Amino acid sequence: MTEQKTNSTKTKHFTRRDTLKTLGAAAGLAAGSHLMPLSGRYAQAQSSEPIRIGFQAHRTGIGASYGRWYERTTMAAAQLINDAGGINGRPIEIVTEDDGTDPKRGAEVVEKFAIQHKTDIVFGTLFSHVVIGSAPRAGELKIPYFVVSEGHHVASGKLNRYVLQPGITDVKSQVQSMAPWVGSNLGKKVTMIYPDFAFGHDHRDYFSAAIAAQGGEVIEKIAIPPTEQSFFKYFPRIPKETEVLYHVMVGPGVLTFVKELGEFFGSDRPQIFGFIDSLEAVDLANPGLEALEGTYFWEGFPRYAQNDGANPHDAFYREKVGVDANGASLSDPKDISTYAHMFGCWETLYIIKQGMEAADYKGPADRAKLIEAVESFTDFPEGPEHPQGAKIFNGQTHQVFGIQNISQVTDGKLKVVHRTSIEDSLYEPEVDYTKMAF
Amino acid sequence: MKLRNSIRQGHFDSMDFGPYLLLATLEGAVQAAVLALTALGLSLVFGVMRVVNVAHGEFFMLGAVLAWWISSLLTGTPLFGFLAALIFAPLIVGGLAAVADRLILKRLKYDPEATIVATIGLLYIIQQGALTLYGPDARPVAAPFDFRVSFPWFGYSGYKISVILTCMVMLLGVWALLTRTRIGLIMRATQYDRETAQAFGIPVARVYTGVFAFGAMLAAVAAVLIVPTQQAYYLMGLDPLLLSFIVVIIGGLGSLKGTVLAAVVIGLSDGIITIFFDPTLAKILSTILVAMILVFRPTGLFGTATR
Repeated sequence: MTEQKTNSTKTKHFTRRDTLKTLGAAAGLAAGSHLMPLSGRYAQAQSSEPIRIGFQAHRTGIGASYGRWYERTTMAAAQLINDAGGINGRPIEIVTEDDGTDPKRGAEVVEKFAIQHKTDIVFGTLFSHVVIGSAPRAGELKIPYFVVSEGHHVASGKLNRYVLQPGITDVKSQVQSMAPWVGSNLGKKVTMIYPDFAFGHDHRDYFSAAIAAQGGEVIEKIAIPPTEQSFFKYFPRIPKETEVLYHVMVGPGVLTFVKELGEFFGSDRPQIFGFIDSLEAVDLANPGLEALEGTYFWEGFPRYAQNDGANPHDAFYREKVGVDANGASLSDPKDISTYAHMFGCWETLYIIKQGMEAADYKGPADRAKLIEAVESFTDFPEGPEHPQGAKIFNGQTHQVFGIQNISQVTDGKLKVVHRTSIEDSLYEPEVDYTKMAF
Repeated sequence: MKLRNSIRQGHFDSMDFGPYLLLATLEGAVQAAVLALTALGLSLVFGVMRVVNVAHGEFFMLGAVLAWWISSLLTGTPLFGFLAALIFAPLIVGGLAAVADRLILKRLKYDPEATIVATIGLLYIIQQGALTLYGPDARPVAAPFDFRVSFPWFGYSGYKISVILTCMVMLLGVWALLTRTRIGLIMRATQYDRETAQAFGIPVARVYTGVFAFGAMLAAVAAVLIVPTQQAYYLMGLDPLLLSFIVVIIGGLGSLKGTVLAAVVIGLSDGIITIFFDPTLAKILSTILVAMILVFRPTGLFGTATR
């Protein structure tokens, strides 16, 4: 998988060209394109020049395990797209830059893509604080920024017309669609534990509202810094009368988090409903995690192959990304994927393809046309391009809506016990990006 | 504000006050014990060598990362892998520190300003080296034994309790080494007056290398002990470094008694304040304490004026 990385250097760039013979002069200009942006721009617009997609990856920092799998998924989808003839007859090239899961670096990386790498678009960011830090720069540089982040920041109207989230659902729709199930099956008095940054605050705000709509109540909110490594000290704040413990945690300490949660409660515990984020890239077979048996998790896409016919395209997707039926890497069963989230990269790349084809995208001059084309989309049918399931897209809010899964830990594996409908997750638009000028 | 929120939202009725305080104290004691060992290393290096080792936290991180590596090399019971890590990880870290002392600090003639800059460089080299060789993921290290101590109100890791005890034994050992052995005497003599010690035939250069290595080893031991309750991660050195500095400044640079006492105060108060109120408040309070100490008693509680 990794050998497909195209952290493009100029030498690689030349060898990949198949039209070099007609472009002798243009190639010379392209080589000098760092110095002469305009001449480079024209060279890029030539017909079979690759479409360059800047991939803003969390290779290091607290998002590293997501970053690794986002990269593998992206590369697998890019390979498939290229094998099938690319986009508008042009191959795609993924140019990866590490943002260190750092908002400041994120904005710099966007700039690097736009000005130095001259990518057509930027894609692939997960962590909400990085998205929020990078999006304004993408808007200023007028480069389309396709995020795979889950945060509500896109649909809330906080960002700008250049930012779209067409491949993964947002926290508001996720919690809204699941709150009725939680309220009627697990309990109404909820204590929430969440990371203390934008993504966690989305959970806090929208789940509180959603469970209140079910006649429930959040009785305690425990915010934990996302870089925390020891969690035990937070648990005594969980009130005794808690019926449901709702947890969502990210960062390097998630395994410690779920372990200590089990240690704290032992067998005498409330119902526990977590977001799989607390367990992404973590092996359920780790000693100490037996305590999670019987607890529930949200999953965007079920980590363990369910074989119940609900996701007919799961097997194909799994094989292409290199994931086994337990959600682990085919080459290392201890390397657990971030399966619930990473499909978003795959689906987003296919939407970029669809958008570029609809807009007859030729080069950076057509960026606005690309955004308008994606805004015009309304639904994405389930298929190899959308293996997680069918989706509805709202062009006004730049946000997609889909099915959510609730799984229970059963015999050390996650088994889906409830699937929401797309309709459960819809909410009134809060913004109309299409009315904003480019 | 936070405090009032805490009381209003009823943190205190979630568990009765007694058990709540017990848990807070246990958590604080674990932190205090590990912090005391780590900070002792920093304090010793400063006391004897007058070197402010900014890379101290990275030696801590290296200890944890090596513990993962060593215990994953050895199959068999976790106890075996852990004991091997407890012996070999500090030795490797100590060896590395000795090399750093010979290659870098010695050549700077232990100039206080230059060594600060040099150890900042060392911090980045070690951290990025770990990122390159070990990777950006946090990895678990199995605890040598695993049992849950069930208090009537909550469960607690038996291993964590053993960490407190082990650290106490280690601290006593270090104290005995410094006050009851010939090596300790040589170290104290060098700390007291480097030139006179040299005149009496003490190999000061070797003492320096040894002390720097020993300081790093203390951090590594602390890390090996605590890593089964956390995970090994390449950025984990920052917190221990900051807390060690806080402890050493409060206790007085170079004073062992002060370091241990300050570690207990900071560790316990951090655990208790985090539980009853908020982790940020704990950090704010300990930083204010440092500022107050620096204003009113710049040498720390037990420090003596620098000579």
